[in-house]
Parts: sequence; structure tokens; C-alpha cells
Amino acid sequence: MPASSEILAMPTQAQPAGHTPQAAASRIERVIEALLAACSIATVLTTAGILLVLAVETWSFLREVGIGKLLFDTEWTPLFAQKHFGIWPLVAGTCLTSLCAIAVALPLGVLSAIFMSELASPRLRKWCKPLLEILAGVPTIVYGYFALVVVTPILQRMIPDLAGFNALSAGLVMGIMITPIIASLAEDALHAVPKGLREAAYALGASKVPTILRVVVPAAMGGIAASVIIAVSRAVGETMIVAIAAGQQPRLTLDPRVPIETMTAYIVQVSMGDTPAGTLEYRTIFVVGSALFLLTLAMNVTSYKLAKRFRRAT
Amino acid sequence: MTLNSTPPPRPSPIKLNVDGVRAWFGTNRVLHGVDLPIAERSVTAIIGPSGCGKSTLIRCLNRMHELSEGARSEGSITLDGKDIYSREVDPVLLRRRVGMVFQKPNPFPSMSVRDNVLAGLRLTGSLDRTRADDVVEKALRDAALWDEVKDRLGAPGLGLSGGQQQRLCIARSLAVSPEVLLMDEPCSALDPSATSRIEDLIHALRATYTIAIVTHHMQQAARVSDYTAFLLSGDLVEFSETNRLFTSPRDSRTEDYITGKFG
Repeated sequence: MPASSEILAMPTQAQPAGHTPQAAASRIERVIEALLAACSIATVLTTAGILLVLAVETWSFLREVGIGKLLFDTEWTPLFAQKHFGIWPLVAGTCLTSLCAIAVALPLGVLSAIFMSELASPRLRKWCKPLLEILAGVPTIVYGYFALVVVTPILQRMIPDLAGFNALSAGLVMGIMITPIIASLAEDALHAVPKGLREAAYALGASKVPTILRVVVPAAMGGIAASVIIAVSRAVGETMIVAIAAGQQPRLTLDPRVPIETMTAYIVQVSMGDTPAGTLEYRTIFVVGSALFLLTLAMNVTSYKLAKRFRRAT
Repeated sequence: MTLNSTPPPRPSPIKLNVDGVRAWFGTNRVLHGVDLPIAERSVTAIIGPSGCGKSTLIRCLNRMHELSEGARSEGSITLDGKDIYSREVDPVLLRRRVGMVFQKPNPFPSMSVRDNVLAGLRLTGSLDRTRADDVVEKALRDAALWDEVKDRLGAPGLGLSGGQQQRLCIARSLAVSPEVLLMDEPCSALDPSATSRIEDLIHALRATYTIAIVTHHMQQAARVSDYTAFLLSGDLVEFSETNRLFTSPRDSRTEDYITGKFG
């Protein structure tokens, strides 16, 4: 519909509703609005539903077992006859793999962000970034088998007492998986640093590298930190790689060479098994799920706050 | 610094000489061959309407122009008689001798007042730690900011007012001891009282530094400068002593501009 007819028709002529093109258009608009609203409500309700299930199941678990056993036991053996419910072995497993991942992804991601934003020619940058982001699109099951059948054997040649399932190999591969997240978000943050700051540094007689390291990177620090936290929370929530390559043995250790079990891998193990619904064993996966949820929520909130502070500062 | 408020007795030697400079952004030529002598220890103002190429001209003087994408220039610019565009000249080293203050105050957001002043020395790896406090005090005193910030040197530079931020940027430029100070509309983002403080400062600095200032504000050029160049659509229309240019311009276009007929 041409816009001019709308302008002409609007002011004076009161036309019977439902017959003019305007009325039809506004009816369609109302329908579209309602549809869009329904979509967003559906996502909110889904999230609320998940939270509710987590809370209810966790609550009934805690009533039966007590929070003390969860927090002050060092073993996690809910599926054995001799049940222990100390959640720390799983938390340690998650932390260990995530630490390995971040040890790889932080330098790799930040350096490639600096390269793309500050050093690469615009043409190279146009190619580089999408290529890197393809890495983020590889299914994690592929990464998982890559860790198990490629990375672990290679590492075993260097570290003789490395177990077939271990936190190290899963963590390293997970690091490769989250590198594009850091690279891409940190690149955005670096790119958003005002041109005026770079010019100020150049006008003082600074060359490129000092300008990048002392002016541009510090100015983008909030965004870079936010990208790292988002990447860590992705690593914490990652399931397939650790379930396949890190083993399924809850163990309170920070030794990356032995099999461990992460929180996510435990949830997979129980949900894939034949644990009947409604039992205590079954409820443990919701407890672990709640803990995982709180952990990633805390990290996402931190990252959001950092990013906000960073936007204010520039 | 010993401020010598009396103007130089005789015409000062030429510090920077611009000869036939043409400059492009991509295929768009913005300067069509500009000649301009900039005298030592004096203030040379470059005036003209928006888009006349005055910022581009001043950015050619410390080779900042070439940093913009697709930008290039031709012609000769000499500093103390030496071509700054010759192969032997490292633009990075040149910019230590020819400092620049920008339109919008741009203190480094991650740094305190003190660190902002020292930024140039740190970035160029030439900071002598034992002298850092002296450098900070001297630069801030020279920029007429010391008394206002001496009790909060550790506070973030961005916490200062706009006018203070701009004086901080001037202090930052002075801390690397340049010979020439280029100012690209340094007051355009400031209120009148902050503007007048910067103008007083420019007046004081001319005893020590060679200053070139771009401004779209004619009264400002009249107040602060010894020489004025009028630029129009990439051509230098007129250049003379400021007094003469404003009282008896030779070119009718200059007269039209300074009497407010256009621009």
C-alpha cells in the first residue's frame, strides 16, 4: 500500500471500520502483534517451568537427604549401595575441565581478537571472522570424539601416565570450542574502542603495539572480561565433550590426567540409564542441575554487569 | 617553565613550511595545493567553513592524515627545513616532536589523571620513573590544571569536567616535550568559560611552543593567533598577520567570510 494514500485518508474521512485498507492493515497488525507476544510468553513460560521443576525436585531431595550431606561430604556415589551425596567431586570435575579450556581459549581468543581488530587488513578480517565462527558451529559430539580418539592418543605420547579418559584432553578440546566465542566478542569490544583514543596515542608518538596493549586493550577490558566469562559459562555447561572424553568417575581431584566426572556428564549418565523416575537417584540430577544453573547464572550476571560498566566507560 | 609574555621582537623563523600540499580521501581531493608558513613560537590559526579541509591540513602536519583509510597526500612539508614526508623520517618519531590536541577531549578511559599525563612517555618507553612526579606537575602546571587536580591525581581522567579533560589532554601532549602543538578545534566541545581558559592557555604556551590551531570560530582566531590562514574548499585564500586579515582583508571572499556573509 502506498504511504501517500494513508496520509490522505487519515485526517477527515471517517470510513466504516473493516472495509478500508487501513482497517484491514491494522487488523493484520494486531494479529501479528498477538502472535509475537505469544512467542515471547512461550519462552518465558518455558524458562519458568524449567526453574519450577528444578526447584521442586531439589526441594524434595533436600528434605529427604539434607543440605549438610550435599555440602560436607567428599564423595558422590548416589548410584551405589553405599550412597554419598557430596557434590564437590562433580564441581571439581567441572572446574578442572573449564580451567583447562580457559587456559587454551583465553590467550588464543584474545590474541586472535587483537589480530582481527587491530592488525589484519579489512579484507583479511572479513574472511577471518566468519571462518573462526564456523568453529563454533561444529557439533560438540564431533569435538568429543576428536578429544577421545585424536587428542588423547597424542597427549599420551607426551604424558605417559595419562588415562584414556581424562580431564586434560576434554578440557583442551573444549578450549578450542570456546575460542571463537572469546575471539568474536572480544573483537567486537576492541572494535568499539573509539578511534579518538588510538589517534591520541599515535599523536603522542606511540607506535602500534604499545597503543594496542596500553590503550586499546585496557579500554576494551570490560568487554573482553565479559566475553571470557560467557565462554567459561559455556564450558561449564558443555556436556558432550566431557561425557565422551573425560570419563564418568566422580573424583575430588585437580589432577587433569585421571578420569573425572563433570556435573553435566553426571546428568547425562543418569538420564541415559534406567534410573526410575521419582527415586532419590533420579532426583539427584535435578540437584546437580540446580547447582549448574546457579553457577552459570552467577557468571552471566557478572558478565552482564561488566559489559554494562564497559559501555558506560567509553 | 619560564613564561615570557612579551611577543617576539622580530619576525620569528619558519618552523613548519607547507608547500603545495594536496590531500585526498579515496578519490576525493580535499586540498588543492596549499602553501602555508608556520612561524616558530607563535600561534597560527587556520579558519574556514566546515568541510574546507582545515582539519585535513593540520593532520598532514604530523602525518595523522595518512592513518585514515584511503587517505594520501602530496607536496612538501618541512619541519626545521627537513621534509617530514621523506623516506628517512619515521612518522612515529615525528609525532613526538609535533603533538596534537583533538576536537573532543579524549583522555584514556582506563587511566588516572596522573597516568594520562605520563601516557605519552610510557607508550614511547621513555619514562624515567624517578622524574615522573616532576613531569606530571610541570605538564599539569603548564596546562593550567595543576591547582584543580593536584589532590586527585589518582582519580580517573574521565571524572574531570569537559574543560578540565581538554586541559588534561593538552598536559598529556606537553609531557612528551613536543616542539609544535597542533590543535584541531580544541574548544568546539566546551562551554564559554572553559573555552576562555583554553584560550588563555594557548596564549601562554606560545612563548615556548609553535602552535597551529584549527577553528571555525573567527573571534577565537582573532583572540589567540598571531597569523591567520583562511581556507575555502581546499584552497588557501589568504594568509597574513591576524590583525591585518581581520581588519583589512585583501580578498573579497575573506571579507565575506569574516563579516559573516557565509560559512
